[in-house]
Amino acid sequence: MKKTNIKNSPIKTPAKKLAVVTAPNTSLKNKTGSWRTHRPVFDHSLCIGCSLCSKICPEGCIVMAKQKKYGQKIKPVVDYDYCKGCGLCAKECPVKAIKMEKDYE
Amino acid sequence: MTKKIKNNKFLSPGHNACAGCGQLSAAQAVMRGLNKDVIIANATGCLEVTTTAYPQSSWGLPWIHSLFENAAAVASGILAALAQKGDTKTKVIVQAGDGGTYDIGLGLISGMWERGENILYVCYDTEAYSNTGIQASGATPYGASTTTTPDGNASVGSTQRKKDMLAIALAHGVNYAAQSTAGFPDDITAKVKAALAVDGPSYLQILAPCIPGWKINNDEAVLMGKLAVATGLYPLLEYRNGKLSASSITVASRKVAVSEYLKNQGRFRHLKNKEIKIIQKLADDNLKKYRL
Repeated sequence: MKKTNIKNSPIKTPAKKLAVVTAPNTSLKNKTGSWRTHRPVFDHSLCIGCSLCSKICPEGCIVMAKQKKYGQKIKPVVDYDYCKGCGLCAKECPVKAIKMEKDYE
Repeated sequence: MTKKIKNNKFLSPGHNACAGCGQLSAAQAVMRGLNKDVIIANATGCLEVTTTAYPQSSWGLPWIHSLFENAAAVASGILAALAQKGDTKTKVIVQAGDGGTYDIGLGLISGMWERGENILYVCYDTEAYSNTGIQASGATPYGASTTTTPDGNASVGSTQRKKDMLAIALAHGVNYAAQSTAGFPDDITAKVKAALAVDGPSYLQILAPCIPGWKINNDEAVLMGKLAVATGLYPLLEYRNGKLSASSITVASRKVAVSEYLKNQGRFRHLKNKEIKIIQKLADDNLKKYRL
């Protein structure tokens, strides 16, 4: 059987006109950090490494990374390119190690 | 100083959901329960619209959207195609909102469960049609003000009771049915894993607070998820083979008044003591019904 590809497909619409996104995770181009009015600032000395902030972040832009300064304990690191500044992490942090600070002039 | 960090592979940032979205917070928890051998069929809704603004996609898994009502049927088709190929490893899951589940897709969901197909159905329950502008759905609870059930001098908001979708799933004899909220990310992840381990149809319903729909602050989605459980209005439940196997309501659980949950939400702000009593009764009934 002849293998169907875009060139011999019975559908004559050019592939670029079909509403199909073939590349995964392409929304990474969309830097939603520009939405932010307040930014979360993490106090790693208070942080107990429970990783709740990383779990509840709707963007998934907080990751737990080992910190040399704190004896390889895991602490949250935020990707400010995408953080929309919702403040969920600051509100839910059990030890209040996250503060929301003004992020505009 | 921006450190290079690894983002979630299955649901990446850059989506257009509101800041602090409870649904996306819950979706991140669902994604942590999956492995890469998964195909997702998504119904129309906020999750679909915000994550796939053409030509971009936030998904790192094979993901398909067709219509509002047919996500369950699309999933059945995918499963049939996988069976034809002899692929038994790949799991199929459906993601939909409460509009696609409670109202529009109900017939096709019923068909999927009737056939007993090995598909996990995840419903993100925002208790209204959030994507189109907060119209009331079958999941809208009593007293909630929406754009189609506005509060006013002669109206208390929605007068309907919330449809018991979990009971509808159980009536189909699904092997695994569970309920969770966005306040408990680890519970969601554990339930996704448990549902995928079960052979046969499974249903997971997650309460996902909606910032503009519930008229709450950007940072309150998780808090609302926790309060919904604490008051007994939306307990964490798990049914295996039709039997209640886990519940957040135990003999030891502390009773929190529903007013704690209602007072921070703009959609309930108009309620008077009379209506609050009716909602308290619903919570009290749950405390009896779902006690383990």
